[in-house]
Amino acid sequence: MSDVYLQALISGLMIGGVYALVAVGLTLIFGVMDIINFAHGEFLMFGMYGAFFASVLFGIDPYLSAVLALPLFFAIGWTVQGVLIRPVVGKSHAIQILLTLGLSLLMQALAQFLFSADFQSLKLDYGSATFDLGGARVSYTRLAAFLIAMGLCAALWVFLQRTDTGRALRACAEEHEGALAVGIDLRRMYKIAFGLGIACVAIAGIAMTPFFYVAPVVGPKFTLVAFVIVVLGGLGNIPGAVAGALIVGVVESVGALVMPSPSLKDLGVYLLFILVLLFRPQGLFGAKGS
Amino acid sequence: MSVLGISGLHTGYGDVPILHGLDLAIDEGMIGAVVGANGAGKTTMMRAVAGILPAWRGEIRLDGMRLDGLPSGKRVEAGVILVPEGRKLFPSMSVRENLELGSLHPRAKAARARTLEQVFEIFPRLREREGQRAGTLSGGEQQMCAIGRGLMGLPRVLMLDEPSLGLAPIVVETIFDVVRRIRAEGVTVLMVEQNVRHALALSDRAWVLEHGRIEIEGAGREMLSDERVRRAYLGM
Repeated sequence: MSDVYLQALISGLMIGGVYALVAVGLTLIFGVMDIINFAHGEFLMFGMYGAFFASVLFGIDPYLSAVLALPLFFAIGWTVQGVLIRPVVGKSHAIQILLTLGLSLLMQALAQFLFSADFQSLKLDYGSATFDLGGARVSYTRLAAFLIAMGLCAALWVFLQRTDTGRALRACAEEHEGALAVGIDLRRMYKIAFGLGIACVAIAGIAMTPFFYVAPVVGPKFTLVAFVIVVLGGLGNIPGAVAGALIVGVVESVGALVMPSPSLKDLGVYLLFILVLLFRPQGLFGAKGS
Repeated sequence: MSVLGISGLHTGYGDVPILHGLDLAIDEGMIGAVVGANGAGKTTMMRAVAGILPAWRGEIRLDGMRLDGLPSGKRVEAGVILVPEGRKLFPSMSVRENLELGSLHPRAKAARARTLEQVFEIFPRLREREGQRAGTLSGGEQQMCAIGRGLMGLPRVLMLDEPSLGLAPIVVETIFDVVRRIRAEGVTVLMVEQNVRHALALSDRAWVLEHGRIEIEGAGREMLSDERVRRAYLGM
């Protein structure tokens, strides 16, 4: 394999890891509440701005911000669910889409108002450091983002498998009436799911701030990519979302090489998306008929 | 003294009333059966008692303590547990995970290992299938798992909604044997059954639910010889 392809493969896996954390949050919210959060990328954007200003104004390292963001964005997600999302749980999908799309636009406008529409980026001493991996250059910050994201996905998976609260979340996702019959508090589960989903996506954003631009319009691309990944992996399927994210990262990155123009780099991802919808609508890793 | 008492219960779906002032009281340690035509409101009653469907009016009491108004989780904790129609298991989770999800409240959780052992004693089949996904069980095994899940919450009153629905006759026998055994353990059982003859023969007390009200009440075996019951539900 020539070096450019190895480079593309590694870059793709690195960004794919971050996509995984974004997508896992989306699929958790979808699985438990049956709501697609179209404002998902805006929480990523607010996470990025939080880390950006924490660094610029107070000298707080983004990796410390990522740790602080977990309780903070969990609380934000918990509150947003309780106030805004709860009234539309179980309502028609059209109302849910209008609400979360409206929230997305509101958050973008708010970011423009508060932070201006300028693209910003964080300058860190270690921001451009790289190391050699079999002929490919790997940046430490991208590797760190990948490891943080994968670590959190794994932690979330263990939480969902091993703890009573995690199992109760899965129970809500699988069978509402059964969950009520065993006495699970659905409203609390919705808040936890939304809080966790928002914390995941915000931390994904923060982990990217050392190497990615920050702007009010950064969100929708990530919402869309996460949506594609969630469909690839099978709706509500967390390991599927991780695998789908790595595939999307690599397809996007290698696609940029093989496409005649770099502006067509996303084409491969959407081509894959359409093919999956046509031939495996249950997702690459979903069980048939589910 | 009745353990579970329902009085003047009104409820329904949306604007459509289903129950019009239902009264029912069951004594501790009994098997009670509610029979009636499809659409009479049997499942609606169970769901209202479990707190899945809110009561519009009326009272639901456990040992005299008001349950109506409490969320379903609090009712489970108090000991009123529903085994829903169609089992409503968590299909991709293992039998063991399903059972453990039945014991989420602190008292049940503290006794989890012991109760699980008792459930496996009652249903040896579930022990064999412990690691299997609940969705891949046979209908009878699923019903056992659903009843087991209900028992894991340490019920005082276990409500079974159509436990024999869709099961082979031999499996129905097993399930009804288990119902007797549960009563022997001191748990009150309230069940809704379309298998009227079987349910009446098994029960200590029975009620006929028609048009959202209890129309006939009596000892289970006496009901088998009640002229109206025989005509309407036993086809004689």
